[in-house]
Amino acid sequence: MVTKSVLQEQMSKQEYKYGFVADLDEDMVPKGLSEDVVRLISQKKKEPEWMLDWRLRAYRHWLTMKEPKWSNVRYPPINYQDIIYYAAPRPKKPVNSLEDVDPEIRSLYAKLGIPLQEQERLAGVAVDAVLDSVSVATTFKQRLADEGIIFCSFSEAVLEHPDLVRKYLGSVVPFNDNFFAGLNSAVFSDGSFAYVPPGVRCPMELSTYFRINAQDTGQFERTLIIADERAYVSYLEGCTAPIRDTNQLHAAVVELIALDDAEIKYSTIQNWYPGDKEGKGGIYNFVTKRGKCLGVNSKISWTQVETGSAITWKYPSCILQGDNSTGEFYSVAVVNNYQQADTGTKMLHIGKNTRSTIISKGISAGYGRNTYRGRVHIHKGATGARNYSQCDSLLIGSACAAFTFPDIVVQDPTAQMEHEASTSKIGDEQLFYCQTRGLTPEDATNMIVNGFCKQVFLKLPMEFAVEAQKLIGVSLNLEGTVG
Amino acid sequence: MLEIENLHVKVSGKEILKGIDLSVQPGQVHAIMGPNGSGKTTLAQVLAGRITYEVTQGKVRFEGKDLLIMRPEDRAREGVFMAFQYPVEIPGVSNAYFLKAALNAIRKYRGQEEIDAMDFMALVQEKAKLLALDETFMKRGLNEGFSGGEKKKNEVFQMAVLEPKLCILDETDSGLDIDALRLVANGINAMRGPTRAMLVVTHYQRLLDYVVPDVVHVLVDGKIVKSGDADLARNLEKHGYGWILEEAPRPAPARP
Repeated sequence: MVTKSVLQEQMSKQEYKYGFVADLDEDMVPKGLSEDVVRLISQKKKEPEWMLDWRLRAYRHWLTMKEPKWSNVRYPPINYQDIIYYAAPRPKKPVNSLEDVDPEIRSLYAKLGIPLQEQERLAGVAVDAVLDSVSVATTFKQRLADEGIIFCSFSEAVLEHPDLVRKYLGSVVPFNDNFFAGLNSAVFSDGSFAYVPPGVRCPMELSTYFRINAQDTGQFERTLIIADERAYVSYLEGCTAPIRDTNQLHAAVVELIALDDAEIKYSTIQNWYPGDKEGKGGIYNFVTKRGKCLGVNSKISWTQVETGSAITWKYPSCILQGDNSTGEFYSVAVVNNYQQADTGTKMLHIGKNTRSTIISKGISAGYGRNTYRGRVHIHKGATGARNYSQCDSLLIGSACAAFTFPDIVVQDPTAQMEHEASTSKIGDEQLFYCQTRGLTPEDATNMIVNGFCKQVFLKLPMEFAVEAQKLIGVSLNLEGTVG
Repeated sequence: MLEIENLHVKVSGKEILKGIDLSVQPGQVHAIMGPNGSGKTTLAQVLAGRITYEVTQGKVRFEGKDLLIMRPEDRAREGVFMAFQYPVEIPGVSNAYFLKAALNAIRKYRGQEEIDAMDFMALVQEKAKLLALDETFMKRGLNEGFSGGEKKKNEVFQMAVLEPKLCILDETDSGLDIDALRLVANGINAMRGPTRAMLVVTHYQRLLDYVVPDVVHVLVDGKIVKSGDADLARNLEKHGYGWILEEAPRPAPARP
């Protein structure tokens, strides 16, 4: 006789509390993808000719590309003609200021805990709110403009700051980089743009909150962040989507550029709808994120907490081109039920004395499959390059899986490399042990998971570290326990 | 304090305990001895609340309450503690963090306030001295990379901090060298007192040289076949279990 394991019981339930749908009147293009659709999107956004040209070149190239099959995730073929590539809530009146934002949209964001007012609770954070294909509001624009910082929707940047966009768009992730980046380049509809001028330390967190609302749509946003010489910016993105029983595609591109002595800190809390406990529905999160440390002494730091999505496929990477530049990657990826994640990073050392740190924490529960995939490449001439990598996996229960694929290429004899990896398991043994010390199984799991993730949480902006901790509790169904 | 009445327990369908009767009073130390496979660890685990062990018959009362219907965490909160024979490792969770969480869970259950961080450190340092544990010990992951001896010391250390009413020690002496054995025994002895009871499960006499029991029980094939005072343990050490098996009517071996 085997009693049903405490763990099984605890992990099989799951609640996603952002699964509601707002009833919005949306402007949509017809399903499917063609040159006409690309032109239509560009037209709807009143884009200049150069932007349309770029999209069309991307589209034509994309047609020649094949969907990558090397990742360690499994899903049925995606029908790219069955997706709506553009959906935008129709404004009831022209939106000139935050006060003009449709109350329906405002209440949607309030429900998500993201106030679209410049109010006290998130006073230290400027928010760009992206709903389906468009940015619906950006807070604190004036306050930032006073410092010379540009923070606006991508569409607005294309119109208002074309020189910056033309100079940097595609300079880190070209449209022929990979299949999903190519698709994004053709049909991307909005996203965030930030530019921090020389010597300016951005006085608040910049943040984009992505929300998918409409059915059968894909979200293809693009983010471009430029930190000029000696500038500093910390940026955070969050994302949620309604509960639907069909899969939705999210293929974003993020490009970061750090010039001499600049620093960009990019944090993600990814909570797209993960699908139900049978694995039905959920977001396919196929994202290309890359930063270029173009200048000397520059630094780019990625921190990600990945709890959502049915499938996650992303590798926030750093091109360490400037001498003495630094790349960092801190990641917690959680999969539960039938979620799959194939995530990690690439650190490409080109400049001299470049340094990189990789800390990856994968948590697998239920029937989840979690893969760390990383590449560290020390190019010839990158003298004195150093890398430290640590990949830890935590298994909860016995039906889940963890994989690690580290790939190290060293072409310079002066490189110093360190790699550590561990796999541990929360089994009924550990839980029973904790119980005999007075802790409930939920408390115990929470404690073990938080201990496991602590190194990464410490890298998040303070306000969000607590959120991240709670979120992980929710995705492992440990809600209501002491933290 | 602890009343066990006709306890029968099955593990994976096989009957391991076949009618245990035992009564432990506050202030007493009872030793449970017996050959391999006699059911000693099963008894300890059942009292701590292992769910895979199925109680088919019998009663266990702890301070008058039905222990068997309580969840393991509630047993701990009521004051039952088991020092494991093989404590698990929990990497990433420090000893200090774990112990504080456990202590607070127990205090909360008893309607006490959470312990203040300073008071906790003071308490921990005092108890650590008892077992000659150094300061880095508290910062290390729970049992992570600990030697067998360190794990056993940690069990007794946790027991000293949590101050349970009933201490169940499951082969705490196994795998200890003589110095560690003395330290552990000192730790256990320091906790003896008129309100606390102990159930010491052991294979050998040597721990009982230091922790002298009030009562010794010999468990053979799931039943207590003989009880006596500390001399019984010494006799067992000298003569082995054979003479008891001859003396006691041996139960028929269980065959499917």
